[in-house]
Amino acid sequence: MSESLSQSRRDLVRGVLAIALPVLVAPQAARQAGGAARAALRDAPSPQPAAPDTLVGELWDPSRAGKLRTRVSEYENDPFVVGVEEKLRCTCGCNLSVYTCRTTDFTCETSPAMHRRVVELVEQRKSAQEILDAFVAQYGESVLMAPPKVGFNLAGYLVPGILITLVGAVLAWVLLRKRGARLAAAGGASPEGGDSEAGSTLPPEDAARLKAELERLEL
Amino acid sequence: MTTLGQIALWLALLVALWGTATGVLGGIRRRPELIQSARRATYALLGLLSVAAASLLTALLRRDFNVAYVAEYTSRNLPAVYTVSAFYGGQAGSLLFWAFVLSIFAAAAQWLTPRRYDPLMPYVAAVTSGVTLFFVAVMVFAANPFARLPFTPEDGNGLNPQLQNPGMVVHPPMLYLGYISIAVPFAFAVAALISRRLDTGWLHAIRRWTLLSWTFLSIGITLGMWWAYVELGWGGYWAWDPVENASFLPWLTMTAFLHSVMIQEKRGMLKKWNVSLITLSFMLSIFGTFITRSGIISSVHSFAQSNVGYFFLIFLVTTAIFLGWLLWTRLPELKSEAQLESALSREASFYFNNLLLVGMAFSIFWGTIFPILSEWLRGTKVTVGPPFFNQVNIPIGLALLALTGVGPLIAWRKASPQNLKRQFAIPVSMGLATALVLVLIRYSDFYAGVAASLAAFVVATIVQEFWRGTSARHRLHGEAYPLAFARLVARNRRRYGGYVVHLGIVTYFVAFSGLAFKREMEASLKPGESTSMRSPYGHVYTFTHLGISQYERLNRFVTAASVEVERDGKRLGVMSSEKRQYVDSFNRPQFNPSTEAAIRSDLREDLYIVFAGSVAGTEEAVYRFTINPLVWWVWFGGAILVLGGVIVMWPGAAPTKASLRRALPGYAVTLTGTGWEGHE
Repeated sequence: MSESLSQSRRDLVRGVLAIALPVLVAPQAARQAGGAARAALRDAPSPQPAAPDTLVGELWDPSRAGKLRTRVSEYENDPFVVGVEEKLRCTCGCNLSVYTCRTTDFTCETSPAMHRRVVELVEQRKSAQEILDAFVAQYGESVLMAPPKVGFNLAGYLVPGILITLVGAVLAWVLLRKRGARLAAAGGASPEGGDSEAGSTLPPEDAARLKAELERLEL
Repeated sequence: MTTLGQIALWLALLVALWGTATGVLGGIRRRPELIQSARRATYALLGLLSVAAASLLTALLRRDFNVAYVAEYTSRNLPAVYTVSAFYGGQAGSLLFWAFVLSIFAAAAQWLTPRRYDPLMPYVAAVTSGVTLFFVAVMVFAANPFARLPFTPEDGNGLNPQLQNPGMVVHPPMLYLGYISIAVPFAFAVAALISRRLDTGWLHAIRRWTLLSWTFLSIGITLGMWWAYVELGWGGYWAWDPVENASFLPWLTMTAFLHSVMIQEKRGMLKKWNVSLITLSFMLSIFGTFITRSGIISSVHSFAQSNVGYFFLIFLVTTAIFLGWLLWTRLPELKSEAQLESALSREASFYFNNLLLVGMAFSIFWGTIFPILSEWLRGTKVTVGPPFFNQVNIPIGLALLALTGVGPLIAWRKASPQNLKRQFAIPVSMGLATALVLVLIRYSDFYAGVAASLAAFVVATIVQEFWRGTSARHRLHGEAYPLAFARLVARNRRRYGGYVVHLGIVTYFVAFSGLAFKREMEASLKPGESTSMRSPYGHVYTFTHLGISQYERLNRFVTAASVEVERDGKRLGVMSSEKRQYVDSFNRPQFNPSTEAAIRSDLREDLYIVFAGSVAGTEEAVYRFTINPLVWWVWFGGAILVLGGVIVMWPGAAPTKASLRRALPGYAVTLTGTGWEGHE
């Protein structure tokens, strides 16, 4: 029974390889040749059982396949760990967060080490802030993806907003002051007379013709 | 051949110096022979830099590895297309590319500008020659593309794998074209300041140039996002990297200019502001190059750093001082001819639009240089990454999106309550209805919800504008609706092309809001094993690892991992992600292995699969699976944006006599007898 199961697994792996290898060179041929194997895949119970290690083939030249990896641990997808790592900068000089670097720059040795340190601290039941503090103590403020909102750093966050608000307020004040001056000049009469400028002396029918003509010109 | 290129560079240095001097002297003293000489210097520069560019290209294609640049950026087995793109893949080559393209634009400006702008042209020649002089001087004295090695290596180092991507063949030239073409409007602005011809003439002369550089920048930035997405492997397209920021800064200031220039053309206002925006855009384009070249701020884009950063810094400071002085001494001539009359007017909305665009540019600039400031002032290094930029810029961006809808709806000079009610009723209702629906379906992300509601508002304004224009033509001229629509756009390309650009911006915002719903996970799978992932739309993707194969290609050794992908039980196909180890012609490894993501796009979401590595050299693979909603719309938004830009600058859209008259300051309309006529 177990021998036939093992045989069927071997057949499955062979079938998979029959698809994978030619598909990179000749996708059309692969589609034809791999049909039976895919049928086997579809028919297999879900979720797929992990094949025994002895059945996982080795690469022809692992040295050219990039940095070798270990299996993905549950921490690597843990939202808490990912959230903390997104706030930490990898110190390899790549400018990326630890999470982005360890899942992108697969040659980097620094971000996996920082990930392991985060996991250690998580296992010690440290809070997110405590973990960040531990990294700041070790590497300085630059290890954070954004500077903490204290002291001089507040200038970083607030200066653009304050400047835009100030200039906007001055602009609004100037506009309102002009409106007030115009109202005063008009003797308190409401300037809200239509789309054309205030104080027009045109009779209503001419103003209507003018408006219509201007609209036509705009078209 | 490189000796010829070297000689051409030295001659270009002398000619650029001559062109700058004769341009200024000829303009000031009004000496025709000097003016003519400055113009000819511009054409001579084009000839000389063409020779230099052809020399470098020949060296690259002939694999002359005795030339240091060729040895550093190419190898014998580098595909021809990337051998050509290596021209601008490194420091010295990109400087030559810059100078060469600038010489083309400078000659085109001299050749194509109508005679009525002749008084400006000697100064234009002087400025373009001056900028060319700077780039040629950097090459001659610090980054010589024709420098030779004391020996000839058997093969070159090859091109950085990240640059061996079709996107990188097109993205840098487009961005460079955007940066470089700003030099022409800048030259006209300086010419107008020096000659004190500060009416709207120079604005008409540069209108197509500004649109051209804005369009090139837009294409360059969009292609840059695409390249980052498909090549860098992190599953995103914008990371607020300093070099990305540097390309965005002049785009923002140019966009501000394209709006504010309308106020100067229509009302004779904002003269100082418009001159400042053009000069600022040029300075920011140089700042972008300074950031890339100096390495002063670490960036994933810093492929070619060296000491030329100091040259750029000196150039920036000197230019800023000169321009500051020039502006200061011309302030009296830059007085507004009209006053802003109401806070409820299109002019006022453009003021606020400019405030936000320039404010956003400032906040990005501020965030980019803040680490340097912090280190100088406090001695403490800080990192300013995406969390900072998102926090500061998303609210500004949303306010800008709102103004994108508000601006076109408000009348010039002053809007009445009736006008506001008539224009805003439908768009505001659409925005509010969208917001209500999002609240009812418990849309989880606040900013994404605001973006979607504002997008609905803006789209409604655009549709309303097109509908009103088309139906008015139908009513007035009896044209069928399709014809009325086509003629509406064709006869008002600036206005309706601008609305198309707005539509592109809305599409961008909607696409960006999809990032809030990105999902990703890592998994290690043995051949035959599967894992599943739920998309934001509720689909369940199942990934079955098929295996890993290794094979050789022209200049690389490929390790490819393949997964079969199913969505809700239905097979979608096989996707393969690769590790690429680039090798030289002797099969020696070059660079670290790079990663090629497998991407499947549809209108709703992208499936982004990255082969992260083999487990212990076996066929067990580690994958990162990412589901990115709405990414396709980023590229589509870019295409709409560019289409709008092309509509606006399409030849034949020259202003009519009537529109020119109306554009003049002080224009008014009087009613005489039975007819209507405009006069100044």
